[in-house]
Amino acid sequence: MSSDSTIRIVWIYPDLLSTYGDRGNLLILARRAALRGLPVQTLEVRSDQPLPTTADIYLLGGGEDGPQALAAQRLIADGGLHRAVAQGSVVFAVCAGYQLLGGSFFAKGTRYAGLNLLDFSSDRGPTRAVGELGGPIDPRLGLPPLTGFENHGGRTHLGPGVSPLARVTTGIGNDGTTEGAWRGKLLGTYSHGPALSRNPAIADLLLRWATGYDSLPPLDDTWSDRLRAERMAATAAS
Amino acid sequence: MPLRAKVASSVSRTAAALSRAAGRGDGSVIGGWIGLKIDPDLLAHLAAGRAIALVSGTNGKTTTTRLAAAAVGVLGPVATNGFGANMPTGHTSALAKAGQTPYAVLEVDEHYLPKVLVATEPRVVALLNLSRDQLDRAKEVAMMAQMWRTALAQHPGVHVVANADDPMVVWAAAGSPAVTWFSAGQRWHDDSWVCPECGSPIERQADQWWCTGCSLRRPVPQWVVEDEGVVDPRGAWHKISLQLPGRVNLGNAATALALAAQFGVRPTDAVTRLSTVASVAGRYAQVVRDGRNIRLLLAKNPASWLEAFDMADNAPTLLSINARDPDGLDTSWLFDVDFSPLRGRQVLITGDRAYDLAVRLEVNDVRFQHVRTFGEAVRLVPPGRLEVIANYTAFQDIRAELDRVL
Repeated sequence: MSSDSTIRIVWIYPDLLSTYGDRGNLLILARRAALRGLPVQTLEVRSDQPLPTTADIYLLGGGEDGPQALAAQRLIADGGLHRAVAQGSVVFAVCAGYQLLGGSFFAKGTRYAGLNLLDFSSDRGPTRAVGELGGPIDPRLGLPPLTGFENHGGRTHLGPGVSPLARVTTGIGNDGTTEGAWRGKLLGTYSHGPALSRNPAIADLLLRWATGYDSLPPLDDTWSDRLRAERMAATAAS
Repeated sequence: MPLRAKVASSVSRTAAALSRAAGRGDGSVIGGWIGLKIDPDLLAHLAAGRAIALVSGTNGKTTTTRLAAAAVGVLGPVATNGFGANMPTGHTSALAKAGQTPYAVLEVDEHYLPKVLVATEPRVVALLNLSRDQLDRAKEVAMMAQMWRTALAQHPGVHVVANADDPMVVWAAAGSPAVTWFSAGQRWHDDSWVCPECGSPIERQADQWWCTGCSLRRPVPQWVVEDEGVVDPRGAWHKISLQLPGRVNLGNAATALALAAQFGVRPTDAVTRLSTVASVAGRYAQVVRDGRNIRLLLAKNPASWLEAFDMADNAPTLLSINARDPDGLDTSWLFDVDFSPLRGRQVLITGDRAYDLAVRLEVNDVRFQHVRTFGEAVRLVPPGRLEVIANYTAFQDIRAELDRVL
């Protein structure tokens, strides 16, 4: 965390990577920090602006093929995210943004270089994965099950240097077996858009990583709890 | 009309009438479906000999079609698909049902525009806007603009009436030889920050927009909304008195006048007819129930939610959200909508996906109450105005509860 104790959250390239309510993750993190009395500052950085390297949390959203490829080129040329990660910043990435964290991905039928921040690569699957996504999260993270919605054509192949975020019980995720990936303070998921709205425990994990606190005061999560229960019951029934 | 088409047309009308009589629907789809089974070219046969205008875009299609049909009605009978059945089956039903009319104004689902251009050979096509809608299955916005542009290039004789305020629409229309530009305003900008021509960022300042990398920029509109009226290409201002709420509908009225002008309708003759439109397939309908004056607003996607907030009075408001097939199964878009205009109002929420909405409103600092039924909502608000804003199937559910108000 920066010296003045303010949590700085950067939303990377909302002009390119914001297709499915991705702003929600920024709003949810900021709100959950503020409710704990943690000072928070949010910044939206467009793709024609340099990326600050001293923020605490970086967010990457989803996007169409063209903008995804453009975002990869600009982030590689900028280099700011790599420097921030080297300094211990937190990264949370969904959907197209998740694919960017790996070594390579496919867009518009062409293989593009990713940011190579996590040990995985993505290609095209036989079908588009559209629908509810869920399953138990890696027990080492100590979180309740993942629940979300996915909409992507990719399949992601994890290398030995990275762990799956969750085991898939509903949907496709990486390959129908595992979903998402994490290592250190980097976490990615195919649960797209406002993924944190259904997974407030992941939001708190990111805030704990950013602050170094072992725990945060609990919040009233009545509505997210009801939403999670309703979604998990709906997917179990179908 | 060939005999096969005559038979198909007749069977189509009968099926539609049967569907209505059986209480199975308004008959606007089934008749066309059967007719097209008998004669796949039925739509082309029914279109032949009529001067046709098509209206397409993500939002405002049904209302603009209704207003444009009213305006063109100055000249004579107009066939139209007034109930939002906007695919070829709906067009076929509408034309078969109307019989011989010199004019037709048809609402067209944006995905079907290329197909309907071929089948109906319209004189005019009005392009309203393109924004994200039902993202779990709809084409992405840029792909839709490309599809329109390609389709219009194959019909150079069509006169295009297009929204100068939407970069995606301007790019889709810009290849056509004859374009009339209108300015209907655009509240939603989040699908047009990247130039569809060259991929550079698009800049905006006040009403203007331009690409920072190529020559694409806002054309000078010939039809413009100004105060409570519309300025025509000669610079004359016409007062517009609509029964429909909001500035959005003034923009739809401007579009309707621009479209009708292509058939030779003078705006002075059309404006009084626009004021006769009271509700459109239940939208904007007002119903009095237990002393509450309930008004129904349909909002299907982020852009149309912003418009609904503009139309709604500062009054108790019920929001209802479903995520069934016609709505799209994904509720992520709720976070693309800023609900803060509702702060300070009595807000009630309901629908299959009320909890998704609850989480969104909490993050947005909007206080709300959750209700299980529409009736419960009506009981919880004081007598007076109750605004109801709902997405597609939620809207239909509430309409059914209110006995299919029209």
